[in-house]
Amino acid sequence: MGIVSPGFSGRRRSGSELPPGQYLTRDFPVLSAGPTPHIRTEHWEFTVTTETGEATKWDWAALLALPADEITKDIHCVTRWSKLETNWKGVSLDTLLADVETSADYALVHSYGGYTTNVPMDDLLDGQAWIAYEYDGEPIDPEHGGPARLLVPHLYFWKSAKWVRGLVLSDNQDLGFWETAGYHEYGDPWKEQRYAGD
Amino acid sequence: MTTDASYLDGNAAAGALSQVFAMDVTAAITQCNGCGQTGVFAESHVYVNAPGLVARCSGCDGVLLRVVTTPSDVYLDLRGLTYLRLPNP
Repeated sequence: MGIVSPGFSGRRRSGSELPPGQYLTRDFPVLSAGPTPHIRTEHWEFTVTTETGEATKWDWAALLALPADEITKDIHCVTRWSKLETNWKGVSLDTLLADVETSADYALVHSYGGYTTNVPMDDLLDGQAWIAYEYDGEPIDPEHGGPARLLVPHLYFWKSAKWVRGLVLSDNQDLGFWETAGYHEYGDPWKEQRYAGD
Repeated sequence: MTTDASYLDGNAAAGALSQVFAMDVTAAITQCNGCGQTGVFAESHVYVNAPGLVARCSGCDGVLLRVVTTPSDVYLDLRGLTYLRLPNP
């Protein structure tokens, strides 16, 4: 085992190192574009569908049986709050996609409740994204996306879809819920890519 | 699936929609494109603690409309509405 966890982000950074236009919060604001789905873990399922239509599914027990990472990352919401050194536990997308045959460039992330968001495959692999199921050592509250949410913390937090239920992989970039309504297709907080055209 | 009480009624969308419509849309009759429910827009469920404003059908929770205000533009997505019926002035 290495001495540095995959999510290690160094010593606490000062507020001056926040991405441009962000302010520091110690709360964990709840943002939601709809009613909170309450998904029982016995009914939870995560499906990856490739560009050829082949589907791979995991149920809750299968997810928990996979090797998990402890992740400590800063998160940045497009509504301008940032929260430093948040602690999560989850399964890396590298692990989940290891046996999925695909050459797709894009993923459209789907959630229970109908939410979607688009993320390039290059941003989901190489230790950059997880299916997280614990926050601060506890199961993730439904209001924060439990039982499981995508965690892709180097992009604005709307990309870290709550209540995640699957990925649909494609050679084309289909835009998600906020991306079709004026938000940036990529969403890099350090480049302040909030809105389309930024 | 259960719902919570984190939404407001359709009147909460009045300000955002007044950027786009000359008439008061909250009194309009709407039909949901998802379930077909017809009702007064003010009775829809409006979510404002989000990157944009989202109005949902009180019957099926389907999205009726979305409003995103950027520094330069207002995006209005009405695809969840079959129609919006407004009285002639």
